Amino acid sequence: MLELKSLSKTYRTGDAALTGVSLQVPKGQIIGLIGPSGAGKSTLIRCVNRLVEPSSGEILLGGDNLVTLGRRDLRTQRRRIGMIFQEYSLVERLTVMENVLSGRLGYVPFWRSFLRRFDAVDIQRAYQLLDRVGLLDHANKRADALSGGQRQRVGIARALAQNPELLLVDEPTASLDPKTIRQIMRLLTEICAERNLPAIVNIHDVPLARQFMQRIVGLRAGQVVFDDAPAALSEDALTRIYGAEDWDAMRKSDTEEDESESDTRRDLSEIPA
Amino acid sequence: MSNSSTIPAEWSHRSRVTRLAIWAGWLALVALFVWCWQVMTETTIWAFVWDAPRQAGDIGGRMLPPEWSYLPELMQPLWDTLNIATLGTVGGVVLAVPVSLLAARNTTPSVVVLRPVALFIIVASRSINSLIWALLLVTIIGPGLLAGIIAIALRSIGFVGKLLYEAIEETDPKQIEAIRATGAGPAQVLTYGVVPQVMPALWGISVFRWDINIRESTILGLVGAGGIGLKLNASMAVLAWDQVTVILLLILATVVVSEWISAVIRRAII
Amino acid sequence: MSSQYPTTWRRPPQVLTDRRWRIALQVGLLIYLVLAFGSIDVNWQRVSEGLERGQRFVMGFLQPDFMSRWRDISQGLIESLTMTLTSSVVGVMISVPIGIGAARNLVPRPVYLVCRSIVAVSRSLQEVIVAIFLVAMFGFGPFAGFLTLTFATIGFIAKLLADDIEEIDETQAEAIRATGASWFQLLNYAIQPQVMPRLVGLSLYRLDINFRESAVIGIVGAGGIGATLNTAIDRYEYDSAGAILLIVIAIVMVAEYSSSYLRKFLQ
Repeated sequence: MLELKSLSKTYRTGDAALTGVSLQVPKGQIIGLIGPSGAGKSTLIRCVNRLVEPSSGEILLGGDNLVTLGRRDLRTQRRRIGMIFQEYSLVERLTVMENVLSGRLGYVPFWRSFLRRFDAVDIQRAYQLLDRVGLLDHANKRADALSGGQRQRVGIARALAQNPELLLVDEPTASLDPKTIRQIMRLLTEICAERNLPAIVNIHDVPLARQFMQRIVGLRAGQVVFDDAPAALSEDALTRIYGAEDWDAMRKSDTEEDESESDTRRDLSEIPA
Repeated sequence: MSNSSTIPAEWSHRSRVTRLAIWAGWLALVALFVWCWQVMTETTIWAFVWDAPRQAGDIGGRMLPPEWSYLPELMQPLWDTLNIATLGTVGGVVLAVPVSLLAARNTTPSVVVLRPVALFIIVASRSINSLIWALLLVTIIGPGLLAGIIAIALRSIGFVGKLLYEAIEETDPKQIEAIRATGAGPAQVLTYGVVPQVMPALWGISVFRWDINIRESTILGLVGAGGIGLKLNASMAVLAWDQVTVILLLILATVVVSEWISAVIRRAII
Repeated sequence: MSSQYPTTWRRPPQVLTDRRWRIALQVGLLIYLVLAFGSIDVNWQRVSEGLERGQRFVMGFLQPDFMSRWRDISQGLIESLTMTLTSSVVGVMISVPIGIGAARNLVPRPVYLVCRSIVAVSRSLQEVIVAIFLVAMFGFGPFAGFLTLTFATIGFIAKLLADDIEEIDETQAEAIRATGASWFQLLNYAIQPQVMPRLVGLSLYRLDINFRESAVIGIVGAGGIGATLNTAIDRYEYDSAGAILLIVIAIVMVAEYSSSYLRKFLQ
C-alpha cells in the first residue's frame, strides 16, 4: 500500500533527521514507530504527507509517487491520508461537527466549505463517525469544551471523514491519562481492523507498542535499526534502538498496566460500536 | 569557617564602571535637555507667556456660564461624528484584514516582496495622525463627511493591521497543520485554521479602535472634515467661548460613553 | 444503515443564542448603515475634480521634493524634535510623583483621589483641543506645543505607572515593610526595582507618541513640523508635503526600532 524508498530529510540547519529510510506498509497492517526523542519519528510521519518536504527518496502510495507532486495534486493525495495528532490539533473554537467536517475539505470547493454547506452524504457520514467514536451527543459543542480523550476521538473522526487509505498517527496518547490511553489505542486498532486500514503510529511507550502493534519499526538517529514483529523486540533490540538502559524496570511497570487494562476493557464495551 | 580578612569591608551597589556609565548617561540627558530647551524657546515671546494667566482668566470668565441653548443645534453634527467614526472603523478594518494577512509571517505569500510592502503600509498609516489625513483629503476631495471617513479609515489600517498581524502570528500552528493535512487548499486553511483563532482578537481590536476613532473624529471638523469639530471651529472663530464650553462638555460625555460601551463589549468577547 | 443519521447540519449560533435578539440586532444594524450612508453628502463633481489633485499628491509622495522648502522643513523638524524631548523629560518628571500618588496601595485615600482626577482630566482632553487653548493663552509657537505634550504625557505615564505599582508583588513590599523601613525606603527598595524597567519602556514609548503628536498640534498653531505641513498643503505643494510625511514616517520608524532595541538592552 505505502512504500518508502531510501527517504532522507536534511533540515536547513544541516541536521540530518532521516537517512535512507525504506519501508513497506501492506494493507491493514498497523506499524508502531518507536525510538528515542529526536530519532526522526515525527519527521518521518510528516514526510509521508509532505507537511515536511523530504530531501530525497520516493514515497509511493498505491503506485503514485507523492514526492514529485505539484500543489494541486498533493492536495488530492493528502486527502487519501488521514492524520491524527499528539495534542489532538482540533480547531479549538469550531464546533465538534465542523472539526469532523473539516476532514472533507480536500473534497469540497472553497465556497461550499466557507458557507459550511457540505453534501448531505458528508453530513450523514460525519454523524455516523461521531456515533462510532461515541460522541454523537457532542456534535454542537465547541471543541475546547471537551476532555482530552473526547478531543482525540474527534481527531480520529476527522481523519476518518477523509475516507483515508492510510492513517498517520503521531503520538496519539502522549497527553492522556493511562486509562484513556488504552481506550484510544483500542479504538484505533478496532477501526483499522474494520476498514482494513494500514497505519503508522508514532509511539514512545514501548509496552504499549508491544501490546497494540502488529509490527514494530525502531528508528535511531534517522535510520531504521529494527523492523520485526513485537515478539522479536528483545532487550538487545531495545538497546540497539535506545542505547543501554535497565529494561527490567520497564517490564515491571508493564505488568501493572496490564492490570489496569482489565478495567478499561469494561469501559470500552460501553462505547457503541 | 571563613577567614574574616577575605570578606570585603565595603559594599557597593554597582561596579565602578557601570556607575560611571550611568552618571555619564544622566549627564548627557541633562545636557541634551538644556540644549533642546534653548533651541525651542529661541523664538518664544516671553511677554505672551507671562501674560498667559491673565489670558486664561479672561477665557475662563467668558466660558462661563455655558450657553446651554446651543445644545440642540449640536445634535446633527454629533450624529455626523458618530457616523464618521463608525463607518471609518468599518472601512479601516476591511482594508486592514488583507494587509495583516500579507504582513503576518505565517500567512504571507511572499516574505521578500509583499511582507515589507504590507509592513510599510502599516507604519505609514500609524505614523500619520487622522487629522493630517483629513487635512490632505479635504484639499483633495473637498470638505465633508467623506473626507473624515476616509481619514479615519486610513489611520485605522495601521493600528488594526499591526495588532491583527501579531494575533495571526500567535495562532497555534498545530491547528493549522492539521487542516493542511486533510488536503485543504490555501483559502480553506485560512478560513478553517486561522480565522476561527483570530476572530475574538479581531472583534476586540475593532471595538478598541472604534472607541479611539470616536475621540479622533470629534476634532476632524477643525480642518473641515465634518462633525462636531466644525461647530467648535466656528464658535472659536467668533470667540463664542460659552458655546465652546457646551461643545467640549458634549465631546467629553460622548467619549466617556463610547469608552464604556467599548469596555462592555470587549469584556463580553473575552 | 446510515439512513438513521440526519443529512443536514447548521452551525449553532455561538454568541447570541436567542433567535429574536439576533434578528433584532441584524435589522438594527441594517437600519443604522442605511441612515449613516444617507448622512454622507458627497459632491461628486468636487470629488472628480479632486481626483486630479489626489493624483498629484500620490506623485508628490513618490517624487518628494525635499529641497525647495528645506529651510522651513528643517526649522519645523528642529522645533518638533526639541519639543518632543523637552516635553517627554518634563512630563515624566511630573508624572512620577503623580503616578505614585495615584497608586491605591501606597497613599492615603484623599491623595489617591486627587491624583487620579488629575490623570482623568489629562487623559480625557484631546491633545489638539488642549493645544488650541494653550495657543490662545501663550501665543503661537513651540512653547504652547511643549506645554500641550507635557500635559498629555502626564496623563499617559502617571496612569500606566500607577496601574503598574498597584499590580506589584505585594509579598516583596511586605518583606521590606517588615524590616521597619520608612515610606521612602519602601518606595526605593520594594517598588522602584519592580517598576523601573516598565517606566523606562513607557517613557521611550511616550517619546515616540509625542513626536507623532507634535506633527498634529502644529496644525492649530503650536509650532513644529505640523505647521510646516499645514502651510505646504494649503499652498497645494504636494511634493513638499510628501517629503514632510516621508520624513515623519522615517523618524517614527527609526524611533520605534531604536526604542525596542534600547528596551531590550536595558533589561
